[in-house]
Amino acid sequence: MSQFKNLIILSLIGLSFFLGNAAFAQGHDHNHAGHDHSHAGHDHSSHAGHDHSAHAHDAGHGGCGAKHDKEFFNPGGTAFHHISDANVYSIGPVNIPLPCILYAPESGVDVFLSSKFHIGHHGTGHSAYKGYVLDEGRVKRVDDQSFPKTAVPVSILHEKEMVDGKKKSVAYACYQDKKFKLAAPSTADGGVFGGGITSFYDFSITKNVMSMFLVFAFLAWLFIGIAKKYRNNPGEAPSGLQGLMEPVFLFIQDEVAKPFLGDKYEKFNPLLMCLFFFILGLNLFGQIPFFGGSNVTGNLAFTAVLAIIVFIVTNINGNKHYWEHILWMPGVPAWVKTILTPVEILGMFIKPLTLMLRLFANITAGHMVMVIFVGLIFLFGQGQTAPSMGTAVGSTLLTIFMMAIELLVAFIQAFVFTILTASYIGAAIEDHGHAAEHH
Amino acid sequence: MLFLADFSVIKPDFGLLFWTTVIFLLFWWMMSKFAFGPIGQALKEREGRIDEALKSADRAREEMSNLKAKNEELLIEAREERAKMLRQAKEMQEEIIAEARTKAQAEYTKRVESALTEIENRRMEMLIDVKNQSGKMALSIAEKVIQRELSSNADHESFVDQLVKDIKLS
Repeated sequence: MSQFKNLIILSLIGLSFFLGNAAFAQGHDHNHAGHDHSHAGHDHSSHAGHDHSAHAHDAGHGGCGAKHDKEFFNPGGTAFHHISDANVYSIGPVNIPLPCILYAPESGVDVFLSSKFHIGHHGTGHSAYKGYVLDEGRVKRVDDQSFPKTAVPVSILHEKEMVDGKKKSVAYACYQDKKFKLAAPSTADGGVFGGGITSFYDFSITKNVMSMFLVFAFLAWLFIGIAKKYRNNPGEAPSGLQGLMEPVFLFIQDEVAKPFLGDKYEKFNPLLMCLFFFILGLNLFGQIPFFGGSNVTGNLAFTAVLAIIVFIVTNINGNKHYWEHILWMPGVPAWVKTILTPVEILGMFIKPLTLMLRLFANITAGHMVMVIFVGLIFLFGQGQTAPSMGTAVGSTLLTIFMMAIELLVAFIQAFVFTILTASYIGAAIEDHGHAAEHH
Repeated sequence: MLFLADFSVIKPDFGLLFWTTVIFLLFWWMMSKFAFGPIGQALKEREGRIDEALKSADRAREEMSNLKAKNEELLIEAREERAKMLRQAKEMQEEIIAEARTKAQAEYTKRVESALTEIENRRMEMLIDVKNQSGKMALSIAEKVIQRELSSNADHESFVDQLVKDIKLS
């Protein structure tokens, strides 16, 4: 029996690595493909766009009256747009406005619903409000004092420009035939990934935050109800939802928490359960078709927070033995220690870093693959019926296949995150006597 | 790298960082207190109860088998006891019978002996009586003979016969 269990766990772990790599590789491939395509598309559109902008220049002379009426399909951009966070929850053609909480050092805190932007196609707002606009679902700030702070109609324009020797897409708001440069919200990557500190901070209840609240509410309802059932019928066989969730709970407890944490599992059991069910819940929530497809677990901010929490919990609970092993490994010559100590200290940070990246990469790749498969229809179709229909058949099959795999990935990544967390904490709280046998 | 600029999921947004922290910590606190903690506790208790039940069932089974063995022992003992009792009863019976028999025999012998003695005694008594009587008779005859001088022998004999006839054997 236990052998059978071990076999299942082993195959699960094996699968996770295989699928994880596969999904990542696929993501990469598709990324590349997307890049290639988008390059092609970009060349195309830039050609056309140049013509257009040249036209616009001719007509408006620095103004921006002429909009890009006809845009060529850009699969990379579309995929990025679909996996990003947004200040509007779009379900099909319905745009549900979300509360915007914005802070700019210049103008202070502003709180309002994103419906003030008069959300249009692709989450782009038709109006500016208090100096903010909505560009493809994200709030951006007009970085210009002369821009009116009242509600005014605007249109958004993207232009390719050379910034610091790199070709970049720059967004503008057009108001009364005048271009105003837009600033994206401040990000914590310090400019490494193209973000950085700008003129404002966005603390809005975005689509991802909303999804987290919804999943939080659902899981709380589910598990508090189940806990109530345990309290009211102690000693009785589980039934209903309780019976559905108990094997999952016991699986994490008996196969993840207990083997790694031993007798102290009870202290960390709730954290492991929270990690597993929160990640799993959000993974699955993002996969519900036609329900916004929010990509929370595929956002670096989300996985970073979880990884930091795991890092803090691990190191707060690390015992003397754990720190000894990191700072001054016992039983090795001094010169080896001088090499080992930096490596071990690096390892302390690399562990949560891999946690963060693994979940992020897997889920983002999955979401992107899905968008790109659907995007193939538009890419190969080029607006004509016959090739579109032909590609649609293949794309649908591929998408169904990918969705099945993503369903598996949702479980596996939640499981892998939890089991690795358990192993990190387990290594930090391991008993001296027990560890001594190992070394 | 044109589209990296738009690859916004890799740029950690302060808002999302803030909200994720708030939501996850709240989730963690709430679920530890109201869901996962109590569920784990309940499962542990139930496990303990099941363990206890299994153990007690084992104990009961053991006790039962002990009891059974004891019963069997008792039964065997009882059976032995019975056999012993029966044997004893039989022995006793035989003893009693034998005793009775010997007793009866003795009684019988005694009685026979006493009867014989009685008979002997009676016979002796009778003999003594006869002797006495015959002596008395002889004496009286002799008296009578002496008193009446008989002429002839024949007269003597008829006289004696007469006398003898007169004697009534009492």
